Amino acid sequence: MKRALAFLPLLIALIVGGFFLWGLNPDRDPNAIPSVLIAKPVPEFELEPIGGLDTPGLSRENLSGNSAPVIVNVFASWCVPCRAEHVVLSRLVEKEGLTLFGINYKDKPEDAVRWLTELGNPYDRIGSDLSGRAGIEWGLSGVPETFIVGPEGMVLFRYVGPIIGDEAVGNFRDALIASGALQGKQG
Amino acid sequence: MMKHLIVLFFLIIPFATYAVEPDEMLQNSAMEEQAREISKELRCVVCQNQDIDSSNAGVARDLRILVRERLVAGDSNTEVVDFIQARYGDYVLMRPPFKLQTFALWFAPPFLALLALGVGWVVLLSGQPKQAATGLTDEEEVEVARFIDLHKSGDEA
Repeated sequence: MKRALAFLPLLIALIVGGFFLWGLNPDRDPNAIPSVLIAKPVPEFELEPIGGLDTPGLSRENLSGNSAPVIVNVFASWCVPCRAEHVVLSRLVEKEGLTLFGINYKDKPEDAVRWLTELGNPYDRIGSDLSGRAGIEWGLSGVPETFIVGPEGMVLFRYVGPIIGDEAVGNFRDALIASGALQGKQG
Repeated sequence: MMKHLIVLFFLIIPFATYAVEPDEMLQNSAMEEQAREISKELRCVVCQNQDIDSSNAGVARDLRILVRERLVAGDSNTEVVDFIQARYGDYVLMRPPFKLQTFALWFAPPFLALLALGVGWVVLLSGQPKQAATGLTDEEEVEVARFIDLHKSGDEA
């Protein structure tokens, strides 16, 4: 018994050390909230198009029966990181031929139209979520957020925050490859 | 003195104000009270560790309005909370639910406390000096007395 007790400090040090190793890992984001939507069908929502824009609106029906996984990006003209992310998403659409849908979150239609005219419009469909109610259905915590939705209307991946910088873009590309939207080639 | 009190008063004011804005509040004061209670149980997903009742974040405001809408529509407290939990997950609850995945969360603190108490107890016990065997047999008493007597007389001599 006495001899066994001698190992107690070592055991405690190992447990505490292991906890620190986990807790101090720079790759761990303590603010990350697990999404309940993953591997679940897209939530019920129906959004009108942005007034003064030709792009059609977005609803749940548009997210099932697609031939390949699609990207759903929540954006707003008042969101500064969205501007930086816009380039990344546009490139994915132009270079890789992916389908991009948008949810324009709590944005004045005229502001959104001006923003899209200035930066270009890579979106096939955009729903205008003036009240932010569709955002709640998607479990949104802020803009931008980006989802990958499978052909059957299942949410496969969620990215909180702007997809900018090599690491974020790399992670998102990996998710696209995993979902089958992209071939596993280096690009 | 008066000056100090006034300063103190203005320092305290910010803590007494609420994030709930007048335009969100319900006319029905009982229902508003109910909404406030529910809001205190829901975590803001932007400013984590704050409930939506005291958070100024946009999403928190939207959720507060949603809570009130559901109440007006005739939902019970649990129905409202379930509605939001279905969209934001367990994380949105200030009090985590009691289920298999959260057992570690619920049981770890009492388990660690018991462990600490146990270790402390063992350490305290083992630190105490062993009680020496007390009491002498009659024979020994006699022998000790004789020994003392012998030396006493020896000193006097």
